[in-house]
Amino acid sequence: MNAVPLLEVHDVRKCFSKADGGEHLVLDGVELRMSEGEIVGLLGRSGSGKSTLLRLIAGLASPTAGSVTYLGQPVDGPARGIAMVFQSFAIFPWLTVFENVALGLQALRVPPAEIRRRSLQAIDVIGLDGFESAYPRELSGGMRQRVGFARALVVHPNILLMDEPFSALDVLTAETLRTDFLDLWCEGRMPIKGVILVTHNIEEAVLMCDRILVFGSNPGRILTEIPVSLPQPRNRLDPSFRALVERIYVEMTARASGANARSELFPGLGIGTRLPRVSSNLLSGLVETVAATPFNGAADLPKIASDLQMEIDELFPVAETLQMMRFAEVAGGDIRLTDVGLSFANVAVDERKKIFARQLLNYVPLAAHIRRVLDERPSHTARKSRFLDELEDYMSEEEAEQTLRAVVSWARYAEAFAYDDENAMFSLENPS
Amino acid sequence: MSQTAPTLRTDATRVTPFAFARTLVTRWDLVALLIVVGVFALLADASRGLLEPLAKLEATPLSLEPIHLPEYAARTTLRMFAGLALSLLFTFTYATWAAKSERAGKLLVPALDILQSVPILGFISVTVVFFMSLAPERVLGAELAAIFAIFTSQAWNMAFSFYQSLRTVPAELQEAARSFHLSPWMRFWQLEVPFALPGLIWNTMMSMSGGWFFVVASESIPVGHTNIALPGIGSYIAAAIAQRDLQAIGWAILTMLVVILAYDQLLFRPLVAWVDGLRFEQDPGGHRPSSWALTAMRRSRLISGLTHTFYAAVRWTSWAMPIPSTPPRSAAPAASAQRSGFVWSVAVVALVGAAVACIARIIVVQSSMSDLLEVVGLALATMVRVFVLIAVASLVWVPIGVWVGLRPRLMEIVQPVAQFLAAFPANLLFPIAIFAIVKWSLHPDIWLSPLMILGTQWYILFNVIAGASAMPGELRNAAANFNVGGWLWWKKVALPAVFPFYVTGAITASGGSWNAAIVAELASWGDTHVKAHGLGAYIAEATAAGDFHRIVLGIATMSVFVVTINRFFWRPLYFYAERRFRLG
Repeated sequence: MNAVPLLEVHDVRKCFSKADGGEHLVLDGVELRMSEGEIVGLLGRSGSGKSTLLRLIAGLASPTAGSVTYLGQPVDGPARGIAMVFQSFAIFPWLTVFENVALGLQALRVPPAEIRRRSLQAIDVIGLDGFESAYPRELSGGMRQRVGFARALVVHPNILLMDEPFSALDVLTAETLRTDFLDLWCEGRMPIKGVILVTHNIEEAVLMCDRILVFGSNPGRILTEIPVSLPQPRNRLDPSFRALVERIYVEMTARASGANARSELFPGLGIGTRLPRVSSNLLSGLVETVAATPFNGAADLPKIASDLQMEIDELFPVAETLQMMRFAEVAGGDIRLTDVGLSFANVAVDERKKIFARQLLNYVPLAAHIRRVLDERPSHTARKSRFLDELEDYMSEEEAEQTLRAVVSWARYAEAFAYDDENAMFSLENPS
Repeated sequence: MSQTAPTLRTDATRVTPFAFARTLVTRWDLVALLIVVGVFALLADASRGLLEPLAKLEATPLSLEPIHLPEYAARTTLRMFAGLALSLLFTFTYATWAAKSERAGKLLVPALDILQSVPILGFISVTVVFFMSLAPERVLGAELAAIFAIFTSQAWNMAFSFYQSLRTVPAELQEAARSFHLSPWMRFWQLEVPFALPGLIWNTMMSMSGGWFFVVASESIPVGHTNIALPGIGSYIAAAIAQRDLQAIGWAILTMLVVILAYDQLLFRPLVAWVDGLRFEQDPGGHRPSSWALTAMRRSRLISGLTHTFYAAVRWTSWAMPIPSTPPRSAAPAASAQRSGFVWSVAVVALVGAAVACIARIIVVQSSMSDLLEVVGLALATMVRVFVLIAVASLVWVPIGVWVGLRPRLMEIVQPVAQFLAAFPANLLFPIAIFAIVKWSLHPDIWLSPLMILGTQWYILFNVIAGASAMPGELRNAAANFNVGGWLWWKKVALPAVFPFYVTGAITASGGSWNAAIVAELASWGDTHVKAHGLGAYIAEATAAGDFHRIVLGIATMSVFVVTINRFFWRPLYFYAERRFRLG
């Protein structure tokens, strides 16, 4: 290990300013030290600030407080020696594969002959030979992301940043790209010294990383660090691999339920809870799946995730919403239906709606609050902006909007109150 | 052009001289050579007259012999392309500045919006005096004035389109460009321009159509008591009208048709087909535009060599540009930012002050209350006319547009025809209108009005066709499956689907009609003049009389009306349509 670390992130904090002049904290107290030969995973749900951290390291944004140093130098703009692979590929559709790869070298004023040599080499390494003159629109998603990799490798970076590089690909393609990447990495065929991988896929993190930093939300921060010492190539079915996946699930669900418990202890903060946009169909679907055989009312979350082909980003919000409405309990990486949840699974639609309405108004403080306001007013109507303003005391405008939409969709299913989007009005009447 | 030749695979970034000429000559080389040399010869001939003294122009009156038409057409086309080149230059600078500097954008974007609404036609006699003073006693001055007039009809929507594209470059592409250290110059040519090109080219086509309308007005310019007629189709038409020569009008229409067809096939079709390959939406789907001329150009090694040279130039300039030193973001910008902010505010205040002083001197001091009332009254008359015409045009073209848009075959025929009709200057219909009005002693206030919407109604048709053809097939199938037909189909399926498109078209048509009023409300055929009451006729008369105070008053009133109507009627309608009816 070198005296000077490859990368050092010290006590970083990042705020975005809101339109009303307030500030929204997305990242707080982040520490990261990276040495040569490591793949570090940043694992967390959307909104946990992991992509923001990646952009701070890339020099695409600057921290509000704290420091990012690369080889002892502060990062105050895109640094030479740090290259990035993007989630949506971000390759230029009007350039051929070759031109896309060569672009980064042209920007660095590398002599043409060398551009050619290095580009062709990178194209070769990454498995794109034969595609040099193709345009991105002629390529499949997997091939497009390979262009993204080749473009990053050709500038010979010391650190490769990867922002959920496989999440826009189908399962099979993603797996091929992952193993190809790991092969190149382990054989030392890529000129890179360290990798930072942002992901919300637990198995991907365990498969690829030497060290996983688990991120929590509100504000984004590092919850825990989990070293992965399994030898490469790793086998997903290996019991120690499964144990590690299970452990991370436990870690992440424990924190999640802790956050909810807090909102119960302080009922005044209740309406300020951010609500995920989870459709009532998904909620019913998960309840039914857990209630049915082989789970019979209790299930292991990793098992459910792989059975349903759901990423944690999709599964956790559903599970947590069920927990919030007391349809289920989530703890220790398991989900267990409550009595209400079990009866919900076994009744017909009308009865379901009644149960749902009861749980919604009892356990979702915002829904109860809106209903109370509508009940109290003689007109039984209220403007959306009234509630938005209230929510914005606790969260960003975007989150407030999303939270309100979530409540509206649940309330519509429960027939608890109505909402007219055209006039942005809540009311008690349902259209006849 | 894009580099598609398969043999160039490994040479993708290198230009080897004559690599394209491995076979000595292909027949496409011959075709290309002839075209290129021909174009140069024509240009040289047409520009020869620029430095001649004005007196010579006056000594050689315009001939109505059709034999001169090819030359006139070449000169007019040259003017239009000169205007286009200026517009592109304006677009690349003004729009880029507006998009890159938040502070400048606050002023530049609304300014563009207003410029778009100002009836430039009325300004021609003002700008002519200015340009004539630049090159006194030379044809060049009048040429510059004409080109400027054409420029003002083309530039604004191109700049707007480019500005909007610059603001919508996907965030990840911008991040990629930054993290791979592209210099601002490289970013402009390799990211921003390619991203903006499809929209820009579409708007350039619209601009060319709009430009024809101005050509007629700008080539034959009244200055004081004389009339400068630059050789061109516009002057030819003006002379034909003055001499009541119907046959000459017919020849002019034919020539225009040929010219429009030529640049459509040789320039815009290839551009559209080429630019389709640059589109950001990467999934190939549906019908891709094709162009025989593009195929010819690609196959011709000469032209492919030229395009390679162009690419090499872009690369070379990128190379020669200084490497962007990543400026330390935190260090010391606060003080200088404050200073430049102060300079900016002072400049804005000074500009506003000067503008207010000018307006006060020309309008407020010299106008009486009754002047003002008269102008506002006339503006209201024109406003009623525009709204009624838009309503009538909508009733006619929306159903037809939907009908055409759902039939791709028909669309391919109707689109170019409508494009030609959009370029058709209203002046060409003066003979018919005046003949009819005089013969049956019709009321000009009503029967001159259709001329106003003659060129602009097509924007409604274009957009409705586009909307109908963009309607998802499954939606139509669903409607058919549930037997939704007749009025219910129009009310619940077709009209909502095309509504956002219709509004876009109607906005353009409305703005254009105001401008056209200046030409259409005062029609003449030889010595017969027919006049409708309206702001357009007011401005046209003031222009003819060289009464600058009334010109400015009229134009200012029209601008205020157009901007107000846009802001308080069309804009809310547009956003409502976007929110409510946009599919997907």
